[in-house]
Amino acid sequence: MTHSAVPLLQLDGLTRRFKARVALEGLNLSVGAGEIVGLLGPNGAGKSTTFQLLAGLLSPDAGRVLFEGRPLSLHDPALRRRMGIIFQRGSLDDLMSARENLRLGARLYGLTGARAHERVERMLRLIGLQDRGDERVSTWSGGMRRRLELARALVHQPRIVLMDEPTQGLDEASFRSFWSHLRALRDAEGLTVLLTTHRADEAEMCDRLAVLDSGRLVATDTPAALAARVGGDILTLEAREPESLAAELRQRLGLEARVVEGRVQVEVEQGHALVPRLVEAFPAGRLASVSLRRPTLADVFLQLTGRVLGADQPTAEPARRSRRR
Amino acid sequence: MNVPATTLPTPDTSGEAEQEVSRVDAPAPAEERAPGGLALQWSTVRVLLARDVVRFFRQPSRIVGALAQPILFWFVIGAGFAGSFRVEGAQGLDYQRFSFPGVVTMVVLFSAIFATISVIEDRREGFLQSVLAGPGSRLSVVLGKALGSSAIALLQASLFLFFAPLAGVKAATLDVPLLLTVMVLSALGLTGMGIALAWWVRSTAGYHAVMSIVLLPMWVLSGAMFPLKGAGPLLAWVMRLNPMRFSVEGVRRALYGAEASLAVGTASSGAGLEVPVLLVFATAFLGLAALSITRRE
Repeated sequence: MTHSAVPLLQLDGLTRRFKARVALEGLNLSVGAGEIVGLLGPNGAGKSTTFQLLAGLLSPDAGRVLFEGRPLSLHDPALRRRMGIIFQRGSLDDLMSARENLRLGARLYGLTGARAHERVERMLRLIGLQDRGDERVSTWSGGMRRRLELARALVHQPRIVLMDEPTQGLDEASFRSFWSHLRALRDAEGLTVLLTTHRADEAEMCDRLAVLDSGRLVATDTPAALAARVGGDILTLEAREPESLAAELRQRLGLEARVVEGRVQVEVEQGHALVPRLVEAFPAGRLASVSLRRPTLADVFLQLTGRVLGADQPTAEPARRSRRR
Repeated sequence: MNVPATTLPTPDTSGEAEQEVSRVDAPAPAEERAPGGLALQWSTVRVLLARDVVRFFRQPSRIVGALAQPILFWFVIGAGFAGSFRVEGAQGLDYQRFSFPGVVTMVVLFSAIFATISVIEDRREGFLQSVLAGPGSRLSVVLGKALGSSAIALLQASLFLFFAPLAGVKAATLDVPLLLTVMVLSALGLTGMGIALAWWVRSTAGYHAVMSIVLLPMWVLSGAMFPLKGAGPLLAWVMRLNPMRFSVEGVRRALYGAEASLAVGTASSGAGLEVPVLLVFATAFLGLAALSITRRE
């Protein structure tokens, strides 16, 4: 995708407090036309606050939003019409058919008549559900409903679509299907996408990621570039006493070992060469299992913030110490 | 991540989508074609109104309840009070006849209560969030909901009005325009009040409490169940200030003429005050509802 000189959407020092707690601190982010940008972080990182601000459901305490280079109020109807929004909680009416739901979505944005009809049919086609348009959505699976949510958010032909944890609770096949349709829609509609996620596999799908932690932006880069920040392999060891094992690994082998969710994790350049050394160093059942894998975005997140991506609370305390060595 | 390729539903890339790719460079922005301003607001009002009517017809239990409830109420309460009911100076006014306008008003009240409960549900489900994130104003959202509720109330009341001849309503005294005006204004005001209350209580359980300490007493003290004449001085004052009194009074005057209202002592001096009072009531509470529904969750 080529980016024009002016980003489609630019967040400039966006700040929001809830009483004393700072939910979002001076967020600067620009989203180019045609990009799929992911806000990555655990619950409480500021993703949902950013989403609600952009959806016009909250007002910022400071900062501004530029759309196509023009500063706009988040409640401006002109901005609202250029945005499509998918909330975590579904917006579909269960007593209505898919087609009726889309028509309703179109009318909420002022589209009627032949123009609305054309958009509704096109959306049904693009999400591959044109044959089932007259079925009531209450009978549909979670994956199909999610695709219909996507169609409803796009029916008024917005320039940008915001999605809050769009694939939460979907199984693997539905997740894949949602994303393949999203990409097809992006290409067919010239769409820009900004989504929040705490799934590493979903983050991989984005063109660019903004990593949030405790209301602050800690990194923005492509998933590949972020993954490259964690060099080498991730070695995970299961043992009965992970803390003492980690301490021993640090002392005896000089490895950056940390305990993550009850397992010892080590980042190394040549993982396969270390495995036999480890097995020899800790004989007689001290290690329950040893596994080796390539780093994921969850590991990147852990390295950037010292927190586990899927968790609500910071759980990887030793990581901070080992990082500062 | 290892899902067999055969299980992946592929998006529609045949012909259509390939054709569309060329449009990417010159997308026709919807905002240039979509109407703005009032047309957009009206579209929001209309779609929310239509949704409520469609939903009503798709819930068979609601249709049955809507028809059965007023009939049951009218006959049962009427039968119960018939023996003991007497209004001084109004010979021949039986309870069936007295309570008929009140039951019509009750239909309107219950329709508004249903509309309000659906607001709480829509808020929980996320439907309302998606509406509020759109370009429609809060007033349009409230108006759409209130008009939807009014439409259902009118429909339900019209069916109940088939029993009007049994309640002694004569074609000569029937004032249809007044009846419709009073019912619509009452429905709008009550729905507005319901939405404002719903936003404040947030849960259906809380709303039931509000319903039984605010909305139902408003109906009981409107002159629907017993006449103002004969009530104690304090109660009579509460009844006089109750906006719903004007609904009951308006419906009574529309059905039986001004004399019937005077007979039960609820009539305002000179009558005809109902419509202006209800107009103020509706405007005030629709406005309050629009101010109450903030966009934030």
